[in-house]
Parts: sequence; C-alpha cells; structure tokens
Amino acid sequence: MLHRFLPQNIETRRKLPERIFRTSVSAENKEIVLPSRIESIDQAAEVVAGAVTEAGVDEGALFGIDLAVREAVANAVKHGNQLDETKQVRISFETTPQRFEITIRDEGAGFDFEHLPDPTDPANLLKESGRGAFLMRSFMDEVRWQAGGSVVTMTKNL
Amino acid sequence: MAELTINERQAGDVTVLDMSGRITIGEGSVALRTAIRRLLEEGKKKILLNLGGVGYIDSSGIGELVSSFTAINKEQGQLKLLKLTQKLRDLLAITKLLTVFDTYDDEQEALNSYK
Repeated sequence: MLHRFLPQNIETRRKLPERIFRTSVSAENKEIVLPSRIESIDQAAEVVAGAVTEAGVDEGALFGIDLAVREAVANAVKHGNQLDETKQVRISFETTPQRFEITIRDEGAGFDFEHLPDPTDPANLLKESGRGAFLMRSFMDEVRWQAGGSVVTMTKNL
Repeated sequence: MAELTINERQAGDVTVLDMSGRITIGEGSVALRTAIRRLLEEGKKKILLNLGGVGYIDSSGIGELVSSFTAINKEQGQLKLLKLTQKLRDLLAITKLLTVFDTYDDEQEALNSYK
C-alpha cells in the first residue's frame, strides 16, 4: 500500500511547504499537524480527501467526510485554539475498506459537548452559529468527544 | 482567485447577486456579509441570492445566510434564494432552514414574488 500513498504525500508536501509542521504516512493511516489558522481547514481537508479518494470511497461518502472534517478542524482552530497559530491541531486518520476514522485534537479548554443546543429547534433556527457539531453528527456514523471536548473522533462506515 | 465571486445586477427594484464559488469560514462568509451590509447601506432591501454557482457551503456559510436573512428582515426587506444546487438544498433541508428561506428555481418566478 505504501507506494500508493507516497506520490500523493510528496505532492501534498509540495503544495503546503512552510506551515505544516509534520506529515507522516504509513500504509493506511496518516497524521497531520497544523497551525491554528483558517487555511489549515483546507489543508487538512485536501489531505483527507486525497487519501479517501485513493481508498476508493464513493462520492456521496466523500462529501460527508469532507464536510465533517472541515467542521471539526474549524472548531479546533477557531473555538479550541482560538486562532493562536502557536497552538497545534493534530489530526490522525485511518481508512480501511470497512470504515474511515479520524481523530482531531486541539490544545483548547474543550466545551460542554453533552449539552449542545439543537440547531433545528425552532427557537434556534435563526441563530448564526451552532451547526458545526450537528453537521458532523449528520454526516458521520459516530462522533465522540473526549478530554473535555478537545479531542473528537469521528467514524464513517463504508 | 477569490473563494466567492459576487456580481451585482438590478432587476426592477430587486437586486440580484450572482454568486459563484463557495461560502465557507473566512473569505467566502466575509464576502457575503460585506455585500449584504453594503446593499442595506445603499437602501437596497429586496435581495435575491443566485446560488447556482455555489457548489459548497459549510456551517459558517449557512450561518451567514441566516445572518443575512435576519439583517434584511430587520430593515423590512426581503431575502430570497435562487437556484440552490442539490448539495445546498440537502444541507438546508437537514438544518431545517428550507422552512425559513423562500427558494426558487426560476428567476422570473422569484422576481415576481417580491411585494
């Protein structure tokens, strides 16, 4: 499997030269470490989309994974690490023929993930924010937070 | 290239914003917010967002659509959406916002709906 991922990783490194702290690749899992800024959302999503496409994931599942990853990384960068570029977002993921699993860690204080308001409640429909976690749960089969909310693991059955 | 391109045109008393690209956290959401604020400052309160060229939106972009809707309503204006792509329609459906927004596939029908 390694040879299938290697060229893509080289391409990824070429496109993201300076601020990706580290990217490592093994046969079926990857780790990315990114600074806490908005551009990191695209960078993370690109690496994940490349890997899951390579793994043969269909377009419908890819759309959901891509959206959920963007939302989770956006939460980590903006809410977790408060856009402090010295703080890292660490992302590790694994793709098997049966499932895709990704864990995103930030250095923030976490949040009350057990009491997230329902954005589809009529009282919340016109709120500007609060839909990120809802979309993650909508498009992934499982979303679980740990470490007070600073670590999230999402799973999609393929 | 800009993340979100917005072209403005006038159709009677309705301002149409033809949008292409993506409305996501950062540049895309800010571009939409800036455009709506400017129109309201100019007294243009009947606004039709043509989203036919918008292939992607995230929770930040959805929030910006909601924020635009409430800002325009507050000024006694009307915001309507035109030509939602299937993905946008799906996202607005699962977030139950299709019940909030007035959406159209046909531009003339949309324009005729403004009071």
